[in-house]
Amino acid sequence: MAEPGVPYAYGYLSPQEVRFLDAAVERLIPTDELGPGAKDAGVSCYIDRQLCGMWGTHGRNYRSGPWLEGTPEQGFQSRFTPQEIYRVGIQEINLYCRGKYDKHFEFLPPAQQEEVLQALEQGKVDLPSLSSKLFFDLLWRNTEEGFFADPMYGGNRDKVGWKLLGFPGVASGAYREHLDNPELYHAEPVSILDIRLGHAQVDAQGFAKHVRIVKQEGSK
Amino acid sequence: MTTTKMKPVDAVVVGSGVVGSIMAMELASKGLKVLCLERGRMIDPQHDFVMPYVNDELKYDRHSDIFQNLSRETISFRNNASQTALPMRELGSFKPGEMVGGTGAHWGCNARRFLPHDFEFRSRITERYGSNFFPEGCTSQDWGVTFDDVEPYYDQFEHIYGVGGKAGNLNGEIQPGGNPHEGPRSREYPNPATRRTPQGELFAKAATELGYTPFQGPAAAMTQDYTNLYKLMLGECQRGGFCSSHVCSQGAKANPLTAVLPALYRKENFELRPLCNVIKVNTDSTGKKATGVTYIDARGREVEQPAEIVVLATYCFNNTRLLLLSGIGTPYDPQTGRGVVGRNYSYQTGGRVHVFFDDREFNPFIGGGMVNTSIDDLNGDVIDRSNLGFVGGAYVAVSSFGATPIKNKPVPAGTPRWGAEWKKAVAQYYRRSFAISIHGSCQSYRHNYLDLDPTYKDANGLPLLRMTFDWHENEKKMLAFMYERITEIAKAMKPSKYAAHHIYKKYTIVPYQSTHNMGGAVMGADPATSVVNKYLQSWDVPNLFVVGGSAFPHNAAQGPTETIGMLACWAADGIKENYLQRPGPLV
Repeated sequence: MAEPGVPYAYGYLSPQEVRFLDAAVERLIPTDELGPGAKDAGVSCYIDRQLCGMWGTHGRNYRSGPWLEGTPEQGFQSRFTPQEIYRVGIQEINLYCRGKYDKHFEFLPPAQQEEVLQALEQGKVDLPSLSSKLFFDLLWRNTEEGFFADPMYGGNRDKVGWKLLGFPGVASGAYREHLDNPELYHAEPVSILDIRLGHAQVDAQGFAKHVRIVKQEGSK
Repeated sequence: MTTTKMKPVDAVVVGSGVVGSIMAMELASKGLKVLCLERGRMIDPQHDFVMPYVNDELKYDRHSDIFQNLSRETISFRNNASQTALPMRELGSFKPGEMVGGTGAHWGCNARRFLPHDFEFRSRITERYGSNFFPEGCTSQDWGVTFDDVEPYYDQFEHIYGVGGKAGNLNGEIQPGGNPHEGPRSREYPNPATRRTPQGELFAKAATELGYTPFQGPAAAMTQDYTNLYKLMLGECQRGGFCSSHVCSQGAKANPLTAVLPALYRKENFELRPLCNVIKVNTDSTGKKATGVTYIDARGREVEQPAEIVVLATYCFNNTRLLLLSGIGTPYDPQTGRGVVGRNYSYQTGGRVHVFFDDREFNPFIGGGMVNTSIDDLNGDVIDRSNLGFVGGAYVAVSSFGATPIKNKPVPAGTPRWGAEWKKAVAQYYRRSFAISIHGSCQSYRHNYLDLDPTYKDANGLPLLRMTFDWHENEKKMLAFMYERITEIAKAMKPSKYAAHHIYKKYTIVPYQSTHNMGGAVMGADPATSVVNKYLQSWDVPNLFVVGGSAFPHNAAQGPTETIGMLACWAADGIKENYLQRPGPLV
């Protein structure tokens, strides 16, 4: 579920689905000495919000039949929308985990969760209604998006993804002069959400006013 | 369905992108009453694309409403004729636009001229290596124009789009600092070249050591405040990234929305109708004269628009599809090799080697507007192919495009795709890596082509365009050669690690590669092998001009936009200076 204090209620995902996703995305990008992982970054919240929007129903995808499987080179051909891929996929993966480990995914120890995710990724889990690779690829794509997209979409909470990389977020008007300068440019990241909430300042052209961080070259 | 008939115009231009905007501007400047029909929505760049909201990688790169809405229209695709083509359900390999300003509004600003070699490709290769040197089934051919014919129109386009660069060949004299292999240009670029980033400097040093000649590649994001040929002002680029797939909030990126359309809106003899989707070019009973076009307007009404001149100025796919839907020109048949509409579809090849440093860090998010350091020594006539066994070439570049965090996190080979090890690697290398990229040519082949799909339809019930395309051995050999060369450059930079991207065995419609789809209605000197003559005029219907990427008989290395813009200037000039005086076939 969402972190305490973060005002968000899930619009599409059920509590059980959220628990599945929290567990899965935490394996994909774990919390460790480098910082928070995908669960704490709010990636499940990000995925829920995407599923509630146009993308969740493939509103801009071509959706006429006939529906044929095609070759890998022909790209996405499933008749399922992302909403359906998550709903059906999570249910069937939990059934698979029950059959194999006698527990739902969320209750498995981390090593077994990783084993399941690897099997899904390799297409080795024979789910009744969809390819396990299709499910995994979508989950990983959304996890990466949720961890590194602007926090305005519900993930990348406290800009943890950007801090991990050293990406300063919304561009600064100082970049132009810095283009050919080898001096390292480190700054506290600024998000669109920060600016919208008045937590960060902008210059006359709307570029972020960065607060620079002084770091030694090679340091983290 | 009842058809509404509109008042006739002198010229109807279909599409408002790079080609449509320039053609409309040039024809309207001559006093013609010009109507531009655009299937996408109206754009007000100052309000639709504002800071900080444009700095949104998710919205623009992944989910953008400025790309083609596939729910209404897409293409179908297969690798070869033995397969059943299936619809491209989701955007992947390329991102055609759907808005006023077209695909050009979200281009990356790479603004290179093709080489003289590219326009006379078949003749020059034949002359140097013999006609047997071409790979089997290769249908790449001469364009019907030479570089010298079109040089003034490259120059014109560069002064519309404010291209920044350094001449490498001024009237035949090689200039230090520029690309020594470019065709002779009549004057300098309108704007200075970009400054060189530290990554570019590393590349330039290594390339120089290996005997290459690095230069700052030309780009159409302003390197200084600039007033263009149409008296429009474009501001200097801030190098804040979010360029390709995005629209610039600062108006620093030359594109139809900033460099052409505002000047057109001031003209009383010009009208733009957005949300109007042209479905057909109409012809008279002889089939040899276009009478106008039919479109579906925003309310779903079918509208007939009469016009004296019809210009198809849409993306490669739609120019070809509209000809097929209108029954103009003979559709191409790959079995017999006869017919022309849909023939010579080509794409773009590419590759990259990532270099990783443990002892150096960069500012990869600073850049954009296609700041790049390039070499062109592996392109055109420069390399001797006698013992290489391929035609075509590539330019090689290090670009500082403003690395955004969802999609620009290279990791060394062997890194797991996710998990703790992956997390460590992206944290270590996001700021300590960059790519040396290969941007390569793609030949046309007998069995790569476009036609109408027999099964899948668009929202209007009309057949989708079907693409049959795969990579050929020639391109794989070319890329393998390029990989060897850039790996040498990568090693010379002394990185901790380097990793080469693999060469695709088969063409795949995912992931994103480039929005450089070419051909299908190609130009040339012979009506048996081209849809339009050298003036981009239909061989069959002389008051129809088909202009754009669709006209490329094959694709060169340099990136197509500048040549597409040049063709618009060239075709407009042909109409203004020749066609209007004596309407009829110009050749």
